[in-house]
Amino acid sequence: MSMEYSVPIYWRNRVNYYKLIGGRCKKCGRVFFPPQSRCPYCSSDNVEPVSLPRIGRLLSYTVSYNPPEGYKLQTPLIIGLIDLGETRIIAQLTDVSLEEISEGIEVEAVVRKIREDRTAGLIHYGYKFRPVISH
Amino acid sequence: MTRNVAIVGTGHSKFGNRHDVNMPELAWEAIKQAIDEAGIEQKDVEFVSFSNVGGWSSEGLASVVSLEYAGLTGAGLYRVEAACSSGSAAIKAAHDAIASGEADIAMAIGLEKMNESPTPTVIEFIGRAGNFFWEFQNFGLTFPGYYALYATAYMAKHGATEEDLCKVAVKNHYYASLNPKAHFPIPITVEKCMKSRYIAWPLKLYDCSPITDGAAAVVLASEEVAKKLTDSPVWIESIGVSSGTSNLSRRDDFLHLEAGTLAADRAYKKAGLSRDDIVKHVDVAEVHDCFTIAEILAYEDLGFAKRGEGYKLIRDQETYKGGKIPVNLSGGLKAKGHPLGATGISMAVDLSRQLQGRVEKERQADIKVGRALAHNIGGTGHYAYVTLYSLSKPRR
Ligand SMILES: [Zn+2]
Repeated sequence: MSMEYSVPIYWRNRVNYYKLIGGRCKKCGRVFFPPQSRCPYCSSDNVEPVSLPRIGRLLSYTVSYNPPEGYKLQTPLIIGLIDLGETRIIAQLTDVSLEEISEGIEVEAVVRKIREDRTAGLIHYGYKFRPVISH
Repeated sequence: MTRNVAIVGTGHSKFGNRHDVNMPELAWEAIKQAIDEAGIEQKDVEFVSFSNVGGWSSEGLASVVSLEYAGLTGAGLYRVEAACSSGSAAIKAAHDAIASGEADIAMAIGLEKMNESPTPTVIEFIGRAGNFFWEFQNFGLTFPGYYALYATAYMAKHGATEEDLCKVAVKNHYYASLNPKAHFPIPITVEKCMKSRYIAWPLKLYDCSPITDGAAAVVLASEEVAKKLTDSPVWIESIGVSSGTSNLSRRDDFLHLEAGTLAADRAYKKAGLSRDDIVKHVDVAEVHDCFTIAEILAYEDLGFAKRGEGYKLIRDQETYKGGKIPVNLSGGLKAKGHPLGATGISMAVDLSRQLQGRVEKERQADIKVGRALAHNIGGTGHYAYVTLYSLSKPRR
């Protein structure tokens, strides 16, 4: 049983993987992530893409010692829930040691290698977050 | 029209790594017990709702194969899916068929054979119980990872510790050791749990439920038929159902499961009960402890404890037999095992037997008010079912 999704699906979503794009509802004004063509809050289809803030605050996190295929080389994998103000996002954390992580730290988005495709050998890039270095 | 519905027969296979049987043989272990207990024949069953998540098993249409093997072919049939709460969904479907007057005798059958696929495939498949595209494929977040995000947030906010989580595992392993149907009938210590390897920090191996094969079945009947079949029916008093967002990033907080809370309130309202004093009205509960943190969240979502105080219930041993509210005296998903499609029905089987005073003596709860509660969550609060079972016939 192959669990991979096809390269074309990845390709169609590449913009969302590279840039931090969410949606904004022109009716109720709310911002949401992931982007979709209907507002998840008021169901209006009058939505537009919006660039999300690239700096946020870490709300919660986990350290995965048993990640799926394609992520094994990155073990342990640190995954965080990040508050971007208008919306939240779940993403990998990078450039960080376990000692540096705690709830409430400021993090910023960067583009990194996410994973390697098992069958086609394609390397997927996308956003990850790293701690904001000093103020 | 809505009619009272009772459980009149229960069946439960041995849970475990069941390479000794195929899927229909495993289902039959539970089906046979249930129809024998009910004192009916296969031809009496008018309708079957079959709970099987599937994906990792040899049989794609396990429901059809199992019915044929069990001699139930011809009964109305469909398969239901609500992830880890599929079993409770199947009970609701069979209940509704009877309550509506569509059938007089129906069965809910749950079957899962998870060990037919390699473990990484199973882990990957379960990981899709969420938002696959945005939160799994994109970040490598696994199912334990989802609950780990809740555990991290809960511990940071309320001061619960990894030892508190392990205490849930210790309790549930203790009760599993008294349950011959359990997958892991082996007591463990807090030290053993604390020393087990991390799966998704702060959750360790012993915080996680195992990959299990198993089956469970119940025969349900209308009031009129139930009276003829048994002197001790267990009534389905009320069922509360809800759902949550697929994207965890859209949850309001990571301290509770809103779907579980809503499902509880809906079940309580139908039964004329309130979360404020629910512990006085329930003798024993089975809650969804796929991970130890999930049992603590369940205490709060169900009103067994105030928000932020759920971990104190386990710290003070109040969820042991004889405590304020005994929870998971079967061993729970954690140690009895969690064959997804069978789990909700396994809860119904064990709680029926608890209410009737016929489980193993050391894990038999004191039955005073004659009511039991099943709390069954699909995914990470993606689906939620709370079902109240009662020795007293519900008023309509
Ligand atoms: Zn809107």
